[in-house]
Amino acid sequence: MSNVAPQPSLRAVPEGAERLTLVQAVNRALAQEMETDPTVLVLGEDVGKDGGVFRVTEGLLDAFGAGRVMDTPLAESGIVGVAVGLALGGFRPIAELQFMGFMYPAVNQMFAHVARYRNRTRGRYHLPMVIRMPYGGGIHPPEHHSESYEALLVNTPGLKVAIPSNPYDAKGLLLSAIRDDDPVVFLEPKRIYRAFREEVPSESYTVPLGKANVVKEGKDITLISWGSMVRQALEAHEALGREGVSAEVVDLRTLVPLDVDAIIGSVSKTGRAVVIHEGPRTSGFGAEVVALINERALLDLQAPVQRVTGFDSVFPYSMLEQHYLPSRERVVAAAKKAMEF
Amino acid sequence: MPKKPIHEAITMRLEVLDKDGKVDKAFMPDLSGDQLQAMYRSMVLMRKIDEKALNMQRQGRIGTYGSIRGQEAAQAGLAAAMEPQDWTVPSFREQGIMMARGVPAHLIYAFWKGDERGSVFPEGVRCLPIAIPVASQFVHAAGLGMALKLKGDDAVAVGFGGDGSTSEGDFHEALNFAGVFKARTVFFVQNNQWAISVPFRQQTAAQSIAQRAHGYGFEGIQVDGNDILAVYVASKEALDRARRGDGPTLIEALTYRMENHTTADDATRYRPPEDLDYWRQRDPVDRMRKFLSSQKLWSDKKEQALLEECAATVEAEVAALEAMPAPDPTDIVSYMFKELPYNLREQREQLAREVGR
Repeated sequence: MSNVAPQPSLRAVPEGAERLTLVQAVNRALAQEMETDPTVLVLGEDVGKDGGVFRVTEGLLDAFGAGRVMDTPLAESGIVGVAVGLALGGFRPIAELQFMGFMYPAVNQMFAHVARYRNRTRGRYHLPMVIRMPYGGGIHPPEHHSESYEALLVNTPGLKVAIPSNPYDAKGLLLSAIRDDDPVVFLEPKRIYRAFREEVPSESYTVPLGKANVVKEGKDITLISWGSMVRQALEAHEALGREGVSAEVVDLRTLVPLDVDAIIGSVSKTGRAVVIHEGPRTSGFGAEVVALINERALLDLQAPVQRVTGFDSVFPYSMLEQHYLPSRERVVAAAKKAMEF
Repeated sequence: MPKKPIHEAITMRLEVLDKDGKVDKAFMPDLSGDQLQAMYRSMVLMRKIDEKALNMQRQGRIGTYGSIRGQEAAQAGLAAAMEPQDWTVPSFREQGIMMARGVPAHLIYAFWKGDERGSVFPEGVRCLPIAIPVASQFVHAAGLGMALKLKGDDAVAVGFGGDGSTSEGDFHEALNFAGVFKARTVFFVQNNQWAISVPFRQQTAAQSIAQRAHGYGFEGIQVDGNDILAVYVASKEALDRARRGDGPTLIEALTYRMENHTTADDATRYRPPEDLDYWRQRDPVDRMRKFLSSQKLWSDKKEQALLEECAATVEAEVAALEAMPAPDPTDIVSYMFKELPYNLREQREQLAREVGR
């Protein structure tokens, strides 16, 4: 892995910024919002004394006490279901699931209740809650620690899905998610939790849900991605640039709500696109992006939209994961295929 | 290193009012004649509302319906013990207590007719919507009980389920969380002895549901669920305990499902017919009427007046149901989020075009 950091293009960094990793940026967002909003609670396995297995919640227990930072029993359905009850009781709970691969016991609560409460009661009740979970591969763990199943969530009506690709967005998106009156699943790309630091404003700020970021402008092809894969897109952007191909990089930031205008606007301009994601290919979110481009920008296309994705396989154990994860080389190859079509 | 006991527990069963309407004075709650009559009236109204639902289902005026017949004492006894600020966290066979807690019966009918507006309860009614996925709502009751404790709200959350629900993981996760966090929660299991066709004995090797509470570090009690006075006594004690901050309680109301699981079920395929005769003799409504009559608190005249009153209420609720305008098809998508993203806006426009709005 190289250490190319996403370049902030459409953001103004005010004075009073720290250089933070993504982990630290999420931590700052949690602490700041807990400071200003007494209804914000954090709950999950090991989130208290241990500060979370990735140290995302470090210091929160000392700062806010066990009433607001709850080390829970080891039970994912319980964590999410209790968060539903806390939200109905007037709080804004932030539930941490330790890894996306351990989300499955909580799926009944997430799909049957979290996603449905507003609709079921025609707005009488709603669930202002966040479910945070580290997702994706690249850290060489045992089985079940590398999953990237955002497509499952997107295909569940009623959940918002935010996936930051860098520390600045992580803080701003999380603050938006906490303040949102609907449930947000916040997927943290653990592969880049500590991969790089960047300037993050000390003050509270939001990155709106549903607004993509054009990280690099280009004119020949659009590379569409989110979360950890934005780095692969940026690396590909550089490699393609050396070969005279001007690639635009679009970071979707949130899959629900989706900034469809950003996708279509960019692809209409460039006429070519590659969608990059870690999750399995078939019925992955890339397929939705391709379908949207077909529906809305077909006549602007100069080549079929390419997909660079995970395989339709179980995520491999660590010895093979480098062959699974989409690489810069695969992105460059897909982009060239589109260019040469 | 001796081997020694580290935990001993006894699970109690409480009965106050027997099948013939006689009470055990040692456990008789301190309730006025008016209160006792109100509890009886509440059960009769539940039964009449329920009978009408079955009737309307047969006529095709509502959809699939799950009857509460036989479980009126469990629901009315608990309702009588709850305070106005307490929360009801129902499963799908709690129409009785939902009504008793302020949900109008026509909304319950609307729910079973297939109308989401049946879960839009009046402001101030502290009742969550019906939860269909079995046992999932217990966890919400635990979380809500934690919230009430954190806020210092003088209320208790009561979570409901049936005997089948106690086999689900969520039942155990809910009790475990509530125990650890000393939630202001009461878990109320109506053991009606059937989970569709599977009898209680095939749900668990444990002798009772109540005893499972001990595994989570708090008290459980079994009551005769057809005995409204026993239900009241156990409920009051559990609610008081939770309100004091002394943690949750599991109540098992042992009762019997007198009807099919739902109108889509045929219990003659699996239920011994003699069961119904046995439980009919233990009917919760009849035994309370016998008791009230023996105390000179009830009469044929009062009974007649009550039946007329219930009939009028049922009629008014049916009229309210049928006065509801047809649901707006665009509502399918309108409530998915507070603010609709582009796709749902487009889909709402499509629906609006299709229905000419």
